[in-house]
Amino acid sequence: MDELMLDGNAAAGVLGEVFAVEMTTATMMCGSCGAAGPVGAMHLFRGAGIVLRCPQCDNALVKIVEGNGRMWFDFGGMQSLEIAL
Amino acid sequence: MEGTTVLGRLTWQVAEVVGVAAETPRVTTIAFDVPGWLGHRAGQHVDVRLTAEDGYQAERSYSIASAPDGTRLELTVVHIDDGEVSPYLAGELRPGDQIELRGPVGGYFVWEPPDGGPLLLVAGGSGIAPLMAMIRLRAAAGSGVDTRLLLSSRDWEDIIYRDELQRLAGNGLTVVHTLTASQPPGWTGYARRVDGEMLAQVGPGSAERPRVYVCGPTPFVEAVAEALVGLGYQPQTIKTERFGPTGN
Repeated sequence: MDELMLDGNAAAGVLGEVFAVEMTTATMMCGSCGAAGPVGAMHLFRGAGIVLRCPQCDNALVKIVEGNGRMWFDFGGMQSLEIAL
Repeated sequence: MEGTTVLGRLTWQVAEVVGVAAETPRVTTIAFDVPGWLGHRAGQHVDVRLTAEDGYQAERSYSIASAPDGTRLELTVVHIDDGEVSPYLAGELRPGDQIELRGPVGGYFVWEPPDGGPLLLVAGGSGIAPLMAMIRLRAAAGSGVDTRLLLSSRDWEDIIYRDELQRLAGNGLTVVHTLTASQPPGWTGYARRVDGEMLAQVGPGSAERPRVYVCGPTPFVEAVAEALVGLGYQPQTIKTERFGPTGN
């Protein structure tokens, strides 16, 4: 276990800066193992940026880096994102 | 309900300190007034940003501990000796001071009275904060939904909101303490870390399909979630909020 691990909930503020809807209840599907679940239930790690990982297979779903007035997203590990309207 | 509200972009807002109260020797509750605050849901958090004179900024997330109450909200902060943010929040802030807040955020770790129960709330130390917002909202709404709180604290003096929890208990709310480091003379309650046996005794049982909220340091949350799954609780009914190795 990594003691620095947090939940996807912790990304709510950063996601709220750019998305117009509440994102921690959106459903994310892992591009590696296919498991799906709410963003708030993903594993979150903070370093120079934020990495959301799949709680089933540990695949890096999303990477977020902020700086110089920009936010950079890498959604490469994610298969889909389902958002309630 | 969930996820359907269009919020628009979040921005930083100025919050003014309107009250400071000691909860325990290491824990302080700070009340803020935030002009234009649109309210929050129990369990949500805010991001706090402090800016030093040289422009250096530090951000931390804190759960809102109060029930929705107009433009007022309360944060409960543990003083971490070598922390970057908490010594200032918990030790230096005085009424009239201003800080920056972003929120409320998070729609996942929330409970509102229409969600119903039964509820099993499990907290380690200051992990009680977002669960206290739920307990306070439950009381304010006159809800009698079956609610079991299991709160793990180091010792009797370290129990956050101890008197208020005692007052609110009853009307369907059961409060159970475990004291892990030391116990007062004559203590007959739990005196160990939360484990499966304790959860089985306190909780409503997985067959009743309770909504489960677990909040505390990451190792605490991991251990509790694992024990609950071992008892037959469905992983998707267990909502967790971890705050790292020692908190903020």
